[in-house]
Amino acid sequence: METAVRTDFGFVGVMFVTAFLLMAATLYAASLLRPKKPNKEKLSTYECGMETVGDTWVQFRSQYYIFALVFVLFDVEVLLLFPIAVAFGSLSLFATLQAMLFVVILLAALLFAWRKGVLEWK
Amino acid sequence: MDLLNIINNLLKIIGDWIYGLVHGLVGNLLVTDLITMGLAAIILCTFAALSFMGLTYAERKIVARIQDRIGPNQAGPFGLLVPIADGIKMFTKEDTTPTAADRWVYNIAPLVIATAALTAYAVLPLAPGVVGTNLNVGVVFTIAIGSGSVVAILMAGWGSNNKYALLGAFRTVAQLIGYEVPMLLNLIPVVLIAGSLSLVDIVNVQSTLNGSPGIPFVLYFPVSALIFLISGIAETARSPFDLLEAESEIVAGFHVEYSGMKFALFFLGEYVNALAVSFMFATLFLGGYNGPIFPPYVWLLIKAAAVFTILMWLRGTLPRIRVDQMHTMNWKFFVPISALNLIILLLVAKIFQPGNAAMPWVTPGVQAMATAITTLIPFLAGLSIASRRLRSQRDAAEALAETRRAANRAAVTTSMGGAH
Repeated sequence: METAVRTDFGFVGVMFVTAFLLMAATLYAASLLRPKKPNKEKLSTYECGMETVGDTWVQFRSQYYIFALVFVLFDVEVLLLFPIAVAFGSLSLFATLQAMLFVVILLAALLFAWRKGVLEWK
Repeated sequence: MDLLNIINNLLKIIGDWIYGLVHGLVGNLLVTDLITMGLAAIILCTFAALSFMGLTYAERKIVARIQDRIGPNQAGPFGLLVPIADGIKMFTKEDTTPTAADRWVYNIAPLVIATAALTAYAVLPLAPGVVGTNLNVGVVFTIAIGSGSVVAILMAGWGSNNKYALLGAFRTVAQLIGYEVPMLLNLIPVVLIAGSLSLVDIVNVQSTLNGSPGIPFVLYFPVSALIFLISGIAETARSPFDLLEAESEIVAGFHVEYSGMKFALFFLGEYVNALAVSFMFATLFLGGYNGPIFPPYVWLLIKAAAVFTILMWLRGTLPRIRVDQMHTMNWKFFVPISALNLIILLLVAKIFQPGNAAMPWVTPGVQAMATAITTLIPFLAGLSIASRRLRSQRDAAEALAETRRAANRAAVTTSMGGAH
């Protein structure tokens, strides 16, 4: 039991650290092997040979935010469905109908967003 | 019989042997666990990195054959040494950090994508009793760690301070987060029947279900499997969903400024993610390592390779889709169809649940047939409605263009007539 606690999420941590160290080691090895002869032209921002005009870090379209908002709505609601799914084997028919109602509300929200024109990419 | 047993449990036996060896050397249980976990992590990472090398070669060769080309054939016999030549080039190529870039964000982004992609292999069941870690939330974990690539791509696009890179990053975020919704929605049916979020349990359920031989979940939920696979391709941003790096529009998207080893890490992240999706599909829908005759780990590799071949096949044949088509397909087709599927599945799977005293004739097979048929019908209906609507939209657009052209021709003729 003790071993299970130690190794369950412990391995995820070990895997994460190992993967990070291996990849960092690869980058470091490459930095030892490769030539390093920078000059001003080489380090300029690439834009098909032109000088870049204007700032890159600007405010961007609000459309992306709207899609992200719809995504957050769905992601959270779908995660709430996972516990229902795990317990599905012992659910009564009435509880199943309630779960269905939950998905119907989700679908209604999507149709509402659709009618409002949120899902159009202009 | 004994030899057969050894071959079937080869990975498990080797793992136990190493654990015993380290335990004998060290003695302390905690240190033994740490050392063996580290070894297992290194083996998994090496496996993923090596399969990345093999996959780049296989993909080039197979896509070349699909497109009536020969593919790599110069380096070594049949061009087999091409991945090694690539590696040498990546290691020795000069690497630049643009002066305008945000140095920290720019340099960490490739590490983030590669690390996130490799960590996903921690929960993959390779054979009975052989799994990095049997997390009780394995399914959610794989989706969560897969989202790491979204962060990395946004970091790369923003940190590069390049307009193409930023455009690519915006598209990516919109695409990857969008396709996560149908992916999650189509995981729920699998959890419904398996009754667990652990990948090991899901595989075991597909080998035996209530004592009777199990059924791969692809037969239970063919529609969910299809939508999961397509969303998976979109999640890994492979062709035909590669519009975040569309070469012909935004040069290379988010990794336009990267070169050398950092570019290689992005490439590795993409392939390792695609392979992880293949493994996930094989585990969730095709029964994982279950199969006759061959040892379990061979079966898992065969299934994953088959799924990856489908991915390569799609890459070799389909053109890239447009941004608006990508969003329409996701939000107006996949998400509503998946939600509708889920509503039907909840009801049908409950009514045809095996073990119901009122209906003793219901077996897992009957349940599978009921869920498959009742989800296929609305899916096919939705597909025909969507295709009819798209065709009528296209016809209307073409008719409008035709009337415009006719009006232009008429205008040109009258103006010429006036000049005479």
